Amino acid sequence: MQKITRDALIEKAAALLENGTVSAVLGWKRGEFDYDVTPAVFNSIDEMKEGFVWNDFCGANFSKYLVSKTKKAEGKILVFLKPCDTYSFNQLLTEHRFDREKVYAVGIPCEGMADIDKIREIAGDGISKIECGEKITVTTLYADEPVVIECEKVLEGRCESCKSKAHVAYDELMGDEGEVLDSNRFDEVARLEAMSAEERFAFWQNELSKCIRCNACRDICPACTCEKCVFGNPNSGVENKAISDSFEEKMFHIIRAFHVAGRCTDCGECSRVCPQNIPLHLLNRKFIKDINSFYGEYQAGAEVGSRAPLVNYTTEDLEPGEVFAKGE
Amino acid sequence: MRKCSLSKIDLLFAEIAKTQSLYMPIDGADGRAVYSKWQAGKAWSSALNTVKSPKNFFFPHTEELANFKTAGKTIEIIDVRAEAEDFVVFGVRACDAKSFDILDRVFLTDPVDSFYASRREHGVIITTACNRPTETCFCTTFGIDAAEPAGDISTWKTGGELYLKANTEKGEALLAALEGVTEAADDAAVRAEKENIRKIMKKLPLADVKADAFGGGKTKQYFDDPAWAALSESCLGCGTCTFVCPTCQCYDVKDFNTGRGIIRFRCWDSCMYSDFTLMAHGNNRNSQKERFRQRFMQKLVYYPENNDGIFGCVGCGRCLAKCPISMNIVKVMKTLGGKN
Repeated sequence: MQKITRDALIEKAAALLENGTVSAVLGWKRGEFDYDVTPAVFNSIDEMKEGFVWNDFCGANFSKYLVSKTKKAEGKILVFLKPCDTYSFNQLLTEHRFDREKVYAVGIPCEGMADIDKIREIAGDGISKIECGEKITVTTLYADEPVVIECEKVLEGRCESCKSKAHVAYDELMGDEGEVLDSNRFDEVARLEAMSAEERFAFWQNELSKCIRCNACRDICPACTCEKCVFGNPNSGVENKAISDSFEEKMFHIIRAFHVAGRCTDCGECSRVCPQNIPLHLLNRKFIKDINSFYGEYQAGAEVGSRAPLVNYTTEDLEPGEVFAKGE
Repeated sequence: MRKCSLSKIDLLFAEIAKTQSLYMPIDGADGRAVYSKWQAGKAWSSALNTVKSPKNFFFPHTEELANFKTAGKTIEIIDVRAEAEDFVVFGVRACDAKSFDILDRVFLTDPVDSFYASRREHGVIITTACNRPTETCFCTTFGIDAAEPAGDISTWKTGGELYLKANTEKGEALLAALEGVTEAADDAAVRAEKENIRKIMKKLPLADVKADAFGGGKTKQYFDDPAWAALSESCLGCGTCTFVCPTCQCYDVKDFNTGRGIIRFRCWDSCMYSDFTLMAHGNNRNSQKERFRQRFMQKLVYYPENNDGIFGCVGCGRCLAKCPISMNIVKVMKTLGGKN
């Protein structure tokens, strides 16, 4: 359950629209059901009252939208940022991807988002109503009684190992500031590291063979902000829409992980949107874990303008041979 | 009508698989259903549907069209086409079965796509009625009856039995070959089950979505509708909706230089991609709004215009469940159609 209410967010937006601080609001819009929320730009308070939602299904990270939305915006745009979104926000600022002056960021607390697939596993198909309160109450077409579920049981995978309840960027904060958490997010990576090379290969072979090459992981990724991706550019020579073979699939995902290494904030959007539920974030987390152990703790997006270890040469840097040895 | 006890369904599957490949939704290690080849020990998934639709059996994601070899100044063209082998796809839902009609109208009209035609000719479709449709289902919007799925053979699961009814010559031939593992049945139980299904279909949250406002000849009415801007506002331009869609039929043709020759292949393309139908003159759809509009206009206006009023959507609900931003054809229809 979220600590801050939808009404409080609308009230905040109304005040900022009213006094001219912002001209539009980037927020979550209600869908057909109670869980299919769409990112949207609201231009008036009436639009917000009609369609704005804030509940346990507002997982979408808006930071990347600021790249395109601030280009068009005449005034400032209000954006609501959950703690993990603020890391992406800072990382994009570090890379000069949007104009900070055109954004009014309001930090909002987040208690973790719910995964509709997990809810479906417990409550069953045919979901007709979901009420988000202290617990999540799910009404379906097939069960006589609504099913009441503890929020913790249906958290999105990324929220189960939340790295921070603290906001690292905002103009204004609503609610109490949280803390950076001692998360268990590298446990799964350690489990993969403990496998033999053959087991690990089989794991990724199985996962990546599910890929349908829809590019949703790339297109949602706040670190993937190239104007034109090499994999979508017919003149690049490596453009490919085909899943020609399993090698191709591994190459795409591994190359993408390399491209965002040191810049990925571990927001987890890639795995959230994957239609085939491939745990893509584990590739990125492996890089983060290695960077931490080779070069010292580093969190991309923790501050604006930091020099990431992979682009910052020091004479104490690890020799490539040592990296290689650790991989064996 | 024939029937087979669900407790002995493996005998039925084994009988089919004796002579040809049998595919059906089978749960993978992660518990998600995927169309896979059946073999002894594999169980038919109870899942309502798969993420990837069965259109893959006839129009695969990637396939080779021809090979070229050069020797001196001559180019040899190698025809890679081979007659498809007989196969059976079991457990197809009513929506997906309808999608084959939509694809047929594209691939089997002149000039006939010989790759697709060969697979259609050799494939037998066994459908199954939907006992438990879910909230994202809206096949009734397009006149599809989940209680009466099409295909060569239709099946119903009720009272511990699987009932089978042949609809085509191919279906009759296969059902005749299965007489040893099925027995004659009357249709009372099936009639009752159909009533149940139709009752549930009426209760679905999307049961009231109507397509009446759309169809051929409505291009001018919808093309410049200002609502497209807001509908496409947060579209990522990924290909999820098109790749999980059972009716999306667009593909790209490319040459791959292997160093020793050229492989000409086709692969699914997506109208959501910025280089879709890119030509020498450039691209005629430069914004995501235009690309987004194309997809829905194709399903709701252009396709029916060229195909006797039949819509290019079957209401399977895959895009509703899988779009990363939860934007989909139902929201488009309600927004645009609601005011007309």
